[in-house]
Amino acid sequence: MRNFVSGLLCLRRGPWEIVATVLIALGVFMLMQPFVMWAFTYSFITTLVGTVMFIIVSHFPE
Amino acid sequence: MSDTPLNRAASATPPSVARKIRGLSDRAIAWIFVGPTIFLLLAINIFPLIWTINLSFTNFRANRPNREVEYVGLRNYERILNDSDIWLNMQATAHFLFWTIFFQVLIGFTLAYLINKKFKGNDLWTTIIVLPMMLSPAVVGNFWKFLYQPQIGLFNYIVAFFTGKEPSSFEMLGSVDLAPWSIVIVDTWMWTPFVMLICLAGLRSIPDYIYEAAEVDRASKLRQFFTITIPMILPFLMLAVLFRGIENFKMFDLVVQLTGRGPGSTTELTSINLKREAFEKWRTGYASAYAIILFVTVFGLASIYVKALNKVKER
Repeated sequence: MRNFVSGLLCLRRGPWEIVATVLIALGVFMLMQPFVMWAFTYSFITTLVGTVMFIIVSHFPE
Repeated sequence: MSDTPLNRAASATPPSVARKIRGLSDRAIAWIFVGPTIFLLLAINIFPLIWTINLSFTNFRANRPNREVEYVGLRNYERILNDSDIWLNMQATAHFLFWTIFFQVLIGFTLAYLINKKFKGNDLWTTIIVLPMMLSPAVVGNFWKFLYQPQIGLFNYIVAFFTGKEPSSFEMLGSVDLAPWSIVIVDTWMWTPFVMLICLAGLRSIPDYIYEAAEVDRASKLRQFFTITIPMILPFLMLAVLFRGIENFKMFDLVVQLTGRGPGSTTELTSINLKREAFEKWRTGYASAYAIILFVTVFGLASIYVKALNKVKER
């Protein structure tokens, strides 16, 4: 956990990619889930933030 | 100078052109070769994408090209993401995606595993199994429409044979509960051979000596399956899931032919709904926003998937 946080603070690719991946997965789940409408409403912005973040952080150093 | 085709072509080049080419650097020659491809890529892929993003912020209608176009900001996105009908379409797409990929991988891998064993008529069976994927989706849609007929359809008779029900007591395409499954069955029937072929390529790429070494170490067949076969075929399976996932997210023709998005809008997948918005209601700006939402979703999923695939390959 400490490595993860220090990786985030030092702008390392690994931990940031995990954050971006979780955001994309969460966004897609929110888009297609049958439970609550508000999750559907905010799904696109979640996926978009995750995708843009993924593109940016994949250029961070290892 | 010997009389080779290369020398003949060189001597046929006019001296003025030859002088110009000789004066170019390697980098410039590389750009001359790559340039047309980059131009085509920009013209066919990148420009329409940027134009669609631009249109998604407008109220443009393609059937009224002379009307003044107004920028409406994020209103199109807001309307789409608060529309309960589109939410239902997304759920229908999720159901279709999940179950088709699940069954295709399960059945495709099993078939590949069986076909990979040497037996008489192996090649003939491979050809027969691969046949459905060679058919046109429109043909398959019509063909299965007849198979699903409650009175004369073969499918109902087969189900009736195993369950003891009356063949005409249920209607695959007309029932709200059964229609989503009817499209899952047809897509599985059509595209399982594709997954099977990818798995078969994976299985055939595993060298025999690995299994022989495992035999020497007295590893059971089950252990060999889980510690050799599955890990080595995983990149192929992931590739199959990626291809089928992207294809099924865009699924249109087969479902339109089969159910025509009905009953009601039970089988209205997002691509069908998008087509209606764009080319029946002619709400081009709105449809562009819709297309961008789908694009970002597929792009995001594909990015993390390709990353995972590369990690599995590196192992």
